[in-house]
Amino acid sequence: MTDAADLKRRTAELLAAHPPATTDRLDFLRARFDAGLAWVHYPEGLGGLGAPRSLQVVVDAELEAAAAPDNDPRRIGIGLGMAAPTILAFGTEEQKRRYLRPLWTGEEVWCQLFSEPGAGSDLAALGTRAVRNGEDWVVNGQKVWTSSAHLARWAILIARTDPDVPKHRGITYFICDMTDPGVEVRPLRQVTGEAEFNEVFITDVRIPDSRRLGEAGDGWTVAQTTLNNERVAIGGMRLPREGGMIGPVAKTWRERPELRTHDLHQRLLKLWVEAEVARLTGERLRQQLVAGQPGPEGAGMKLAFARLNQEISGLEVELRGEEGLLYDDWTMRRPELVDFTGRDAGYRYLRSKGNSIEGGTTEVLLNIVAERVLGLPAEPRTDKDVAWKDLAR
Amino acid sequence: MTTQRAQPDLLYSEEEEALRAAVRDLLTDHCDAASVIARIESDTPHDLSLWKALTEGMGLAGLLVPEELDGQGATHREAAVVLEELGRAVAPVPYLTSAVVATEALLECGADDLLSQLASATVIGALAVSLSVPAGSAYKVVRFENGALHGELTGIADAAVADLLLVPADDGGLYAVDASAAVITPQVSLDLTRPLAKVVLDGAPGRLLGDAEPAVQRALRAGAGLLTSEQLGLADWTLTETVRYLKERKQFNRPVGGFQALKHRLAQLWLEVVNLRAAARNAADALSTGSHDSDVAVAVAQAYAAPVAVHAAEEAVQLHGGIGMTWEHPAHLYLKRAKADSIAYGTAGRHRETLAGLVDLRTP
Repeated sequence: MTDAADLKRRTAELLAAHPPATTDRLDFLRARFDAGLAWVHYPEGLGGLGAPRSLQVVVDAELEAAAAPDNDPRRIGIGLGMAAPTILAFGTEEQKRRYLRPLWTGEEVWCQLFSEPGAGSDLAALGTRAVRNGEDWVVNGQKVWTSSAHLARWAILIARTDPDVPKHRGITYFICDMTDPGVEVRPLRQVTGEAEFNEVFITDVRIPDSRRLGEAGDGWTVAQTTLNNERVAIGGMRLPREGGMIGPVAKTWRERPELRTHDLHQRLLKLWVEAEVARLTGERLRQQLVAGQPGPEGAGMKLAFARLNQEISGLEVELRGEEGLLYDDWTMRRPELVDFTGRDAGYRYLRSKGNSIEGGTTEVLLNIVAERVLGLPAEPRTDKDVAWKDLAR
Repeated sequence: MTTQRAQPDLLYSEEEEALRAAVRDLLTDHCDAASVIARIESDTPHDLSLWKALTEGMGLAGLLVPEELDGQGATHREAAVVLEELGRAVAPVPYLTSAVVATEALLECGADDLLSQLASATVIGALAVSLSVPAGSAYKVVRFENGALHGELTGIADAAVADLLLVPADDGGLYAVDASAAVITPQVSLDLTRPLAKVVLDGAPGRLLGDAEPAVQRALRAGAGLLTSEQLGLADWTLTETVRYLKERKQFNRPVGGFQALKHRLAQLWLEVVNLRAAARNAADALSTGSHDSDVAVAVAQAYAAPVAVHAAEEAVQLHGGIGMTWEHPAHLYLKRAKADSIAYGTAGRHRETLAGLVDLRTP
């Protein structure tokens, strides 16, 4: 069994063999992956050592102290948080060996081709078709809300392979080559003025059957792994006090006494308390995970942060008075990262509107909490036994 | 008592869970809702036989008292767990007032003989400061004149069963007064499970324990911090019971809990209770370690807890429909306790004002 001391020894060996100061960044990251120190809870040979996930912090702390380069996790969040756990759980040995290493080092960026214009909350109703043709599948359809599509080498894709069975049963999960000429990525401009997301048009794209993940028709089950990890990734960040959106508002309050009113003061204090309590809840959830007692609290974290981000940024715009009437930049750009801190309050206000939509709307997540955590009756289902092709649309 | 950790411990230890199970077992057997409802309008609203079982039987009155003074030498973390369970049962016992608030005041004064009496529960103590007063605020004092105490104090929680009153006087001292030397008159209280009383001292003899100010502040701060755990217990019970009832109750040929409007309300409430648990654990942990952050932890917990407990109890009444409005159903016990708790040891708004100073978010 790998323990903390063992991990420290292995990290020291990695650093000795590949001193960060004199080693190329990518060479270092590859060597780290091959030493099993990329994600220690992954299996040996796939960047890990089969160690408890909680021990990753040991490696990270040693590497940070040695000023070693990291894999810029924010840039490759979809690959790390969603594609990788799905490939690990459902991929063949060959698929795992081919995809996980360049995914983790960031050499290959991943995106997610799930949502469609006609399939948002009801994702399982998706209509992008994949038809078997010899050793390939021929895919046609349109996907939307795809962040990083313009940077991505690969995509995780779910498509309809059998329209004659109920919607959840006729879906198959694929790895799609984003450099295929049949994949067209168009920026999708948002309320913020920039295009963080894309529309992706898929025309006669041939995907070899060897890039299928899981069984044909079993794609919905596979997608659950991806989606569960997405919600953990969205709600699970560790923050210091005032580490979230409350930080800039509190700073403005302290530095700009001329902006203060009694009404804003009351609202600010209330939101400050809620932000602090949400932070403590996140910390408690993290402690539960480390102690091996995962609770259902994670389901609530995204709900809480979505609402708080929106209310706090809304207050911040109001606090700024005349400045709140301005906006820093409407230029259409295609950012690689969502940067809440580098922009003004108006941007934070508009961007956080998406927090209650992306990764499951607040309304759907409340249903999930009510049904899976509280055990209340499920919503009535009229589509359960209806073939996908016969659904209302 | 100044252990500092980088992060507060927000979980429950195995020992704490075992303590919870023991207290819950006792309350299940001895504190059912029907008997609490019957008791609150009687001459003896407090359940002293339950108090005896909790204290003499389990030693819980002495959790905060060192072992050498006949206490358990435990911490606020364990006392918080007891209060969660007492809150879940709206138990009419003077635990918060005697085993926490009065005990903290005596700890500050170093009144070892009295501490040992409170810890062994041969004596019930009450701090003679109105339940509505938060730490850091002014409180009413009595006159110290010719070696005796004179004055009238109102809003004193659980004074009706107290044997020992801890009375602040105008000379800056905190005095121990035998309850038999005072005239204690029950006040008709919103929360009949933690009734208030008026205390009149007319030349009562008192024993000077020490300076009132630090003792009262310490007591009120601990009371506010641990009240959060009681509020968590109230909210947890009302949510659990409402969810249970709505799975069972059928209207329009369906369980009422299947309607999305109600599911969303209950899910929101669940989220609030989850948050409250983190805030309550944080306050209890900060008090137990003597953390430099405990003023902030207590203010945050109290600013958050009262609206959640009241919301949970109000939802319980509404979502139970007609039955929730009856005297026979226990929902009103929780509503009244939650509402009274929202004033006890300072309202949420008062704690937000305190916080404004602590975290430098000044008033305009």
